[in-house]
Amino acid sequence: MADLSLASSTGGVRNMLLGRRGRGRLHISDVLTYGYLLLGVLVMFAPVIWVVLSSFKTSAALQEFPPTLLPYSTEQVVVEGYEGTLPLFDVITESGDVVQLAQIRRVGLNAQMVDPTDPEAGRIVVPVANATPVREIHFAVENYVQLLASSGSEIWRFVFNSLFITVAATIITLIMNSMAAFALSKYRFRGDSLALVAILSTLMIPATVVLVPTYLIVAQLGLVNNLWGVILPTVATPTGVFLLRQYMLTIPDELIEAARMDHASEWRIFWRIILPLSSPALAVVAIFSILSRWNDFLLPLVVLNRREVFTLQLALASYQDENVVRYEQLLAMTTLTALPLAFAFIFLQRYITSGIASTGIK
Amino acid sequence: MSASLRIARATGAVASLPARAIEPLMAGLQKAIGIKKMPWFFLLPNLLAVILFSLLPVFVNIFYSFTGSDRLYPSQRPFIGTYNYETLLDCGNYLDPSTCSRDLFWRALGNSLVFVPTQVAAMIGIALLTAICLNGNIRGRGFFRGVFFFPVMLSPVVVALTWQWILQRTGVLNGILTNLGFEPVNWLVYANSAFFWSVFVTVWAHMGFYTIILLAGLQAIPRDVYEAAKMDSASHWRAFTRITLPLLKPVLLVVFILAVIRSVQTFDELYVLTGGGPGSATLLMVQYIYEIGFAVQPRNFGLAAAASLLLGIVLLIFTLVQLRISRGSSNG
Repeated sequence: MADLSLASSTGGVRNMLLGRRGRGRLHISDVLTYGYLLLGVLVMFAPVIWVVLSSFKTSAALQEFPPTLLPYSTEQVVVEGYEGTLPLFDVITESGDVVQLAQIRRVGLNAQMVDPTDPEAGRIVVPVANATPVREIHFAVENYVQLLASSGSEIWRFVFNSLFITVAATIITLIMNSMAAFALSKYRFRGDSLALVAILSTLMIPATVVLVPTYLIVAQLGLVNNLWGVILPTVATPTGVFLLRQYMLTIPDELIEAARMDHASEWRIFWRIILPLSSPALAVVAIFSILSRWNDFLLPLVVLNRREVFTLQLALASYQDENVVRYEQLLAMTTLTALPLAFAFIFLQRYITSGIASTGIK
Repeated sequence: MSASLRIARATGAVASLPARAIEPLMAGLQKAIGIKKMPWFFLLPNLLAVILFSLLPVFVNIFYSFTGSDRLYPSQRPFIGTYNYETLLDCGNYLDPSTCSRDLFWRALGNSLVFVPTQVAAMIGIALLTAICLNGNIRGRGFFRGVFFFPVMLSPVVVALTWQWILQRTGVLNGILTNLGFEPVNWLVYANSAFFWSVFVTVWAHMGFYTIILLAGLQAIPRDVYEAAKMDSASHWRAFTRITLPLLKPVLLVVFILAVIRSVQTFDELYVLTGGGPGSATLLMVQYIYEIGFAVQPRNFGLAAAASLLLGIVLLIFTLVQLRISRGSSNG
C-alpha cells in the first residue's frame, strides 16, 4: 500500500512544501487533522490485525484472559518416563532460587512437577502461586495447516464454491451487461428507451425486498442447493449496464461505420472493436462484481442449505452455531477468507475508489 | 492505466478462443434475422434476466402477500385477501409491541426506526469529517484513504466475526478495560450495549464507501473559491458553512439516499454479530423478513412478502421525496 500511496502523495508533498501552511509552521488544524487520521488508523486497522495475530495462537493461548498481544505459548519439554510433552514453568523455590520444572498435573492450588534434567529425583509438589509458565513467541501455523490439510477438510469445497460463483457470475455479468450496453448506446430502435428504463428501474428494487419471489423462481428453475441458483439472480446488474453504456457513448460511431464498410458483422464489431475499447469500464464492473459475489450472504443463505454447496461466507457463519466453537480454526478461516480481497485491494485501490466516486455503486 | 491494458490483453487472449468459433455463428444469425433485429439480440439476455429476477419478483411478491399457507408454489396457495397485512398491522396499542398480534414485526420496525437515523447520522458525520481531513494538505493521502476504505472490501461475515472476537466476554476490549482497572462488560448480552455496537460495527464497515464519494465531491470544489474566501478573511468555519456545505449539497444528497436505503436493509453483519439479540434488541426489518419467511417453520412466505412490500413502499416514497426535494432546490 505504501508504494501506491507514494505516487499520489508526491503531489501532496509538493503542495505541502509550497502551500500556504507548509513552511515549517504546524497549524493547529494540521495537528487536529493528523491526530484524527492516526486515531482512524488505530480504529480501522487494529481489529483486523488483532484477528490475524489471534489466528496464530494455540487454542490454550486463546483462552487466556486478559489476552496477550503476541501469540505466546508455554514451552514444552519431553521428560523421560512421562508420556507426550510437559509444560515448562519457572518456579520460585522456598530458598528464593528460580528453577525450571515441568508440570505433570495440577491438583487444586498445588502442582506436581518434575525436574526435566533429573527426572529420577521424583515428583515435587509446588504451590501454583510460585510457578509462572516459561513462554516463548510461537506462531501456531498448525491452525492453518490443520484447516487446509487435514483429511476430510471441507474448506477446499467452500473455496471452490465461492470461486466458482464469483468467476461464473462475473464472466456472465460482463458479457450480458456489455451486450445490452452496446445495444442501448450504438443503435436507435423502437423501444430502446423503454428497455433502458426497464433495466435502470430495477435500481429501485432492493434485492432484500424481493427475497421471497426470487427464491420461488430459483426453486421453479430447480436450482435450490445449486450454485447456479445464486449466480443467475445476480448477473443482470443495472449499474453495470449503466456504467458500460455511458462509456460506450464516448466511442465514436465512425469506427462502427468504417467496420460496416468492411463487411464486418455486428457481433464482430461488438467483440473486436467496442469491447476492447471499453476495457477500463469493464475493469470497474468486473472488480465490483467480484467483490459483491465473493461477499454475498443473504441470497446464498436462503438458496444454499446443504453443507456441500456452502460458500466460504456461509461456512464461516455456520461455525458459530456448532456446540464447541473451535476458535483457532474459526480465526484462521476468517483470515483466509479476507486475504484475497486484501490483496485485490492493494493492487486495485485506485480503480475501486474511482469507480465508487463516479458511480456510487458497490 | 497499464494495469487495465494488461487486464484487457489477458482477457482478450482467453476470450479469443471461443470467440473465433462464435463469430461465424453470429454472422449467420445476422443474415437470418436481419441487421434491424440485432440490437434486440444484444439486449435479450440482460433483459430476460432483469425481467425474470427483478421485475417479475415484484409482481410475484404482491401475489404472495395476498395468499396464505406454507406452500411455495403459487398454484397451491389459497387467496386470503388482505389477511397478511391485517395481521401485520393488528395492534392493541401501537406504542406497545407486545399488544400486537405480530409483535416481532413491530419490534423490528421500532428498532429500525431508531437504528436507521442513528446509523445514518453517525455514518455521514464521520464520513464527512474524514473526507475533509483527507482533502487537506496532508502527506500520505493515498495511505490514509486506503486505511479508512479497506473495511468496505471485507465480507460482512468477516467484519461481524472480527468484532465478535473483540467484544466477547474474554475479548481484547475487556482485557484492556481490566488492565485499566475497570470491570469487564459482556457487551453483546445487554440490549443497549449490543445496539450501540451494532451501530458502531456497521459504521466501521461502511463509512469508507461514503468517505470516497464525499472526498470526490470535495475535490470537485474549485480551490480558488477558498482563496477568494481567504482574501475576504473568512474563518474556517464560515468557509465550511458558506462554501463547502452548499457546494457539496448534491453529493451529500446522493450519500444520504444511499446510506438510508442500505441502512434500512442492514442484515448480514447483525445476523452474525448479534443474531438480532439479545432477545429482539437488534432485530431489524430484513432479518424479520428472513426469519418468518425462511428460518422459522412453518415458513410464512405470504407474511414475509407483505412485510417486504411495506418495506419496499417506504423506501420508494423516501427516494421519490428526496429526489423531488433535490430537483426543487436545484431549480430554485
